[in-house]
This record gives sequence, C-alpha cells and structure tokens, in this order.
Amino acid sequence: MKEERFSHERGGMHGHPDRDHHPHHPERDHDSVQRHAKGEELLKVNNLSVEYTAGKKITHAVNGVTFEIRRGESLALVGESGCGKSTVAKAILGILPDRGARISSGEMLFEGKDLATIPEKEMEHIRGNKISMVFQDPMTALNPVKRILTQVSAVIRLHNPELSKREAEDRAIEMLKTVGITPDRVRDYPHQFSGGQQQRVVVAIGLSCNPELLLADEPTTALDVTIQAQVLDMMTELIRERNTAMLLITHNLGIVAETCDYVAVLYGGEIVEYGSKREVFKNPSHPYTIGLFGALPDINSESTRLKPIDGIMPEPSDLPAGCKFHTRCPYATECCMEGPVPVVELGGTHRCQCHNLDAVRAATGKEAAV
Amino acid sequence: MSALVELKGLKRYFDTPKGKLHAVDDITMSFEEGQTMGVVGESGCGKSTLARTIIHLQEPTAGQILYKGKDVTYPTKKELPKLREDMQIIFQDPYMTLNPRYTVEDTLKETLTISGQYEKNDLDHQIRRLMDMVGISGRLRMAYPHELSGGRRQRVGIGRALAMNPKFIVCDEPVSALDVSIQAQIINLLMDLQQEFGLTYMFVTHDMSVVHHISHNISVMYLGQLVETSPAKELFQQTLHPYSKALLSAIPSIDIDKPKQRIQLHGELMSPINPKPGCRFAPRCPYATEACRQPQKLEEVLPNHYVACCRVRELNPDLSQAAAPAAAAQ
Repeated sequence: MKEERFSHERGGMHGHPDRDHHPHHPERDHDSVQRHAKGEELLKVNNLSVEYTAGKKITHAVNGVTFEIRRGESLALVGESGCGKSTVAKAILGILPDRGARISSGEMLFEGKDLATIPEKEMEHIRGNKISMVFQDPMTALNPVKRILTQVSAVIRLHNPELSKREAEDRAIEMLKTVGITPDRVRDYPHQFSGGQQQRVVVAIGLSCNPELLLADEPTTALDVTIQAQVLDMMTELIRERNTAMLLITHNLGIVAETCDYVAVLYGGEIVEYGSKREVFKNPSHPYTIGLFGALPDINSESTRLKPIDGIMPEPSDLPAGCKFHTRCPYATECCMEGPVPVVELGGTHRCQCHNLDAVRAATGKEAAV
Repeated sequence: MSALVELKGLKRYFDTPKGKLHAVDDITMSFEEGQTMGVVGESGCGKSTLARTIIHLQEPTAGQILYKGKDVTYPTKKELPKLREDMQIIFQDPYMTLNPRYTVEDTLKETLTISGQYEKNDLDHQIRRLMDMVGISGRLRMAYPHELSGGRRQRVGIGRALAMNPKFIVCDEPVSALDVSIQAQIINLLMDLQQEFGLTYMFVTHDMSVVHHISHNISVMYLGQLVETSPAKELFQQTLHPYSKALLSAIPSIDIDKPKQRIQLHGELMSPINPKPGCRFAPRCPYATEACRQPQKLEEVLPNHYVACCRVRELNPDLSQAAAPAAAAQ
C-alpha cells in the first residue's frame, strides 16, 4: 500500500522514478537535507471547531475536524465553497480575523505545541518560517509597488535577521531561480509578470524560509490549464526535494489525484471521508464523495447525462442537525436527521462518517463495510 | 442539417498605443442547427471576443457573419432587435450580470416587455413558464440576486436568455464559477433545453472535460486563431495539433492508475499586439521549424477535422494512409 503511494504520480518530463519514498522507513530517505525523518508526525489537528459571529448570527464554519500530517507528506482538503476548507488553513496559521472568529474547541499540535493557544509572539516565529502559505490570487498576495526581489528578500531577512541585505538578496535570487524566474527579471514589479509567473513568485516566498509545512489554498485555480500544470509540477517537485509537508486546499479532484498522498473530503465543516488517495479514489464511500465523482464530466465515459447532487449546500450559518449532508443525500433515513454520526473505520487509514454505509454499498454495488 | 450561423474570415482588432491587438484573427467556423460548438482555449486567446462579436456586442473589423444564410455582419437599426431576439448570451458570472436591485420577476419581466412579443396580461404566465423551465421554484420569484445561490443565479441568467425564444445561444463560461455538484445540474439543464427547443449553442470554456461532455464539435483557439476543429469525440481520440495535444495532456485526471504523459509547454503566450506572421504557437511548440514562420492554413485532414499546422502529416504518420478528404472532394 505505502509503496504504491508515490509511484503512480507524475509521468511527466520531470518525473523521477528513482525517488520512490517509503514514508515509514526513514533510513531510505536519501534526498532530505538535514531534516527530520519523513513520516514523523508534524501536525495533528484534533477535533477543531471554528465559528464566526456576526451580530446574533453564529456561523459554524468548522465542526470537529481531526486529521494529521506527517513530514514530507501531503494532504488534500477537498470540498465546495463554504465547506470550511480555507478556515481550517487560516486557523492553523493563526490568521483568523481578530473580531468575530473563534476557535471554539480542539487543538492543533505542531511539533508538540498547540497552535490554538500559543502566544502571538511565538506564532510570529512559526508563521512564514515553519508554516507558510500560498494564496489563490497572486496579484493580491504580492505588493504591487515593490519589486519582487525586495518582497522575497524581505521575508528572508525577517526570519533571518543575522543576514545582511546583500546576503538576503542573493538568497532571494537563488530562490527565484528555483521557481523559474531568471535573475534578469528579479527587479521587475508584479504587474510586469504573467499570472503564472506571479504565482511562481508567491511560491518562492512561501518556500524561501524552508518551511516544514506549506499551506496551499487553491494555488492554481486562477491559472490556465497549461500554466496550472507547470506551476503544480514545479511545486510538487520543490516540496519533495525539501521534504516539506503540504496541506493543499482545492475543489479539483484531478489536482488531488496528481499531487497528494492523503485526501480529506469536507462537507458542512466536517470531514465526511478520509483516507489515502488510493483508498478514497478507488473506493469512495460517503454518499457525498460518491456524488462528487459522479458529477464530474469524464472524458473517458460515453454517458450523456451527468449525475448532479440534488439541492444546494446548506448555509454554514444554518446547518441541519444530524448528518449535514442528509438534506441532499439519496440514502438518508430517519437516523440521519439528528444526533452525532458515527465514524466508520474502513481499514487502513480509510474512515467515513455515515449511518447507512451498508445501504450505500449495496446500492452502489460494493461489498458491505468491514 | 444546415448551418445556422456561419463565420467567414472574421476579424476583430483593437487599437492599443502599441499597435493593433489581434483578438480574433481570421476565424472561419460554422454552427450547425441544434448542435453545440465548443470553443476552447486559454485566457487571452480571443474566445470571449469572438462570442461577443458574433452576437453583435462588438463590431467586427473584417469578415462576414451569416445567419440563416443571410449576411448580418453590419445589421441595420431595424434588423438588430430581431437578431438580438434570436441570438442570446449566458454570461460567466451571473451575479455581475443581474441587476442587484431587480428581483427574479423584475429581471424576467424587463426582458419580456422589451420584445413586445407578449400582452401585458400574459406576462405573469410567461414568467412562471420561464421559471419552471429553468427550475427556479415559485417562492423565489421575489428574491433578489444576493439572496440566491450561484447555481440559482445562473438559472435566472439562463431564463433571461430564453425569454425571447432564441435560436442561438452563446454560453460564455456558464459553469466555471460554480461548484462541481451544481455545475452538473446546470450542464444537464442546458442539454435538456437544447433537446426540447432545438437550440444551437456556442459553448465557450477552458474546461476540457465539460466541453467534451456537452459539445458535438470543438474548436481550439490559440491567440486569436483557430488551430484545430473537429467532432468532439474525435478531438480527444485523435488529437492532431501540437497545441491541442498539450492542452489535453494538461488536464489533471482523476484516474490515479494511469500516469499521464504530460507535454510540458515552456514559456508563455506571446503578445497578440502586431503578431508576426506564421504559426502563433511556434515559439512554444516543441516541433517548430523554419516552415512554421509562414502563415498556416486550416486544412481538412480527416472528414470534418481541420488543422492549421504545416507539419501535421509528418507528425502524425498514420494520417497519410487515410485518404485526404480535401483532395477527394475537389
């Protein structure tokens, strides 16, 4: 199982078939530089809940989310708009808005420290240095009136005050080179670059301090397909070389298939299904996950009608009781309408939060749950 | 089957301080009645300008637009309203294109009244008919755009386009702003409406799997020019132009067992301002030679499958065995 994990990704020109990691055999990890062993636990999120308050309205954006990321591995948070996936990333990085947002329960253990409670001073050391983030829209992430070299070197100097301005700039030029920006362009302003190149600069900033964990929030959604492929390949290549862990937030299942090791499917602020990429893609079990796969137009299929999921996502401020998906679920029964939903272990790392898995499996022609 | 709309050498240039921007350059295309023509390409390739030029939101610089065989390139003031009734558009972002101070009813009523097709006392019935048609429940009749979800807003946009009983609808990225589960609902709706009313669609998108699903024919554009046009399924099975190949290989696939041979394109789009003659894809094309600097002609290499690449036979050796239909036709 574990052996398969990396071998089927990325058949592209930059594929390195010899770089076949075995996450739980640290001694086989050749290319990580003075880093902790791969596979060691890095971030553990336990029962995290986040709520936003506006006036009397309370929005339950994240409701008891549990997952972990080990060093050098990547996890995809998949879900539709409003499912709480960006809020999870903001909570980890400690950039939830000061007013109105609150972590109402849970902990986020990063290298043993709880990110939910550590003082802001300490968080400043972690943010950008050990955990950094790549945002969706590069034009709003970059400062329009500063040259990109200034922006990259400022981040490097902030976290390495011992460096001189010159040294920081040299390092920034080196970093920009690795993302494919040639030294003759480093003194240009953001608007002089195309969207793809801007996103490369943002990735350079994110990786400039060699973080342990990279949070990528829809990093390629604003880009064209061919450029998206370039940027994704470059990102996965870089984090693999540096043994950086990644939390990728996306709604695109194709991108998940090509870049991540693990998948968490979010709906209504809850993880409804979790597992390795192979477990989830080969055996989607939650009715919502099954629905997502069914709703995708498939280039290899001949069917003329798509199978959409009925209805629309409930407002996060007005979530139904019981299973959040029951209002749209074709398999919903009375027990789904209230109370907590059990998490069913499906073997390996695969788990799924559903009352009626047996019925779902019978209907979709799969064997009964273990 | 006949062509409802035909384009002949259509051009749309924009004046910029640096020179002429060739947004749409010499496009010849035909839209068969009752079918969907998918137009794909990356941002800046001119697909939206092409769409807007066809429905007369912009005036063409040169070339011809034929509607039902009649030249409508420069319609007179009298012809235009009738054309507008027959040719409608659905925009990408329904929130931007709906008046925020109009309820669903207001939006539909405005369109229905302008045409003068309906009696005042018939309007109520017509609004209900449109709402049923696009699947908006009656209780949302008095809802404002901000109260509707993205999918419902797009349904209102579709309802507005259908109000005039059009023949030809341009869908400009109608599902790109929607979530996957909702996207499927809208695609199904569009396909149902096509069946019911025999609509002709021009479906502009950058999403290859969506276009594969909905289209009968697909045209691939690159920097204002057509590089390949073919029946939808064939484009995916027998991709001929190097750019189309790269575009298709870049789609992330959900099949985790089939590692994809991705064709990595280097560099980015060249500027569409005063472009050099010759193949515009050549600077990024792995197969470019000296001959590619000459202007390329769109050539029918398989039945109904046109490619603008001088090396197409050389690069796809299996083609030369198939009889060249262009030669046979002459």
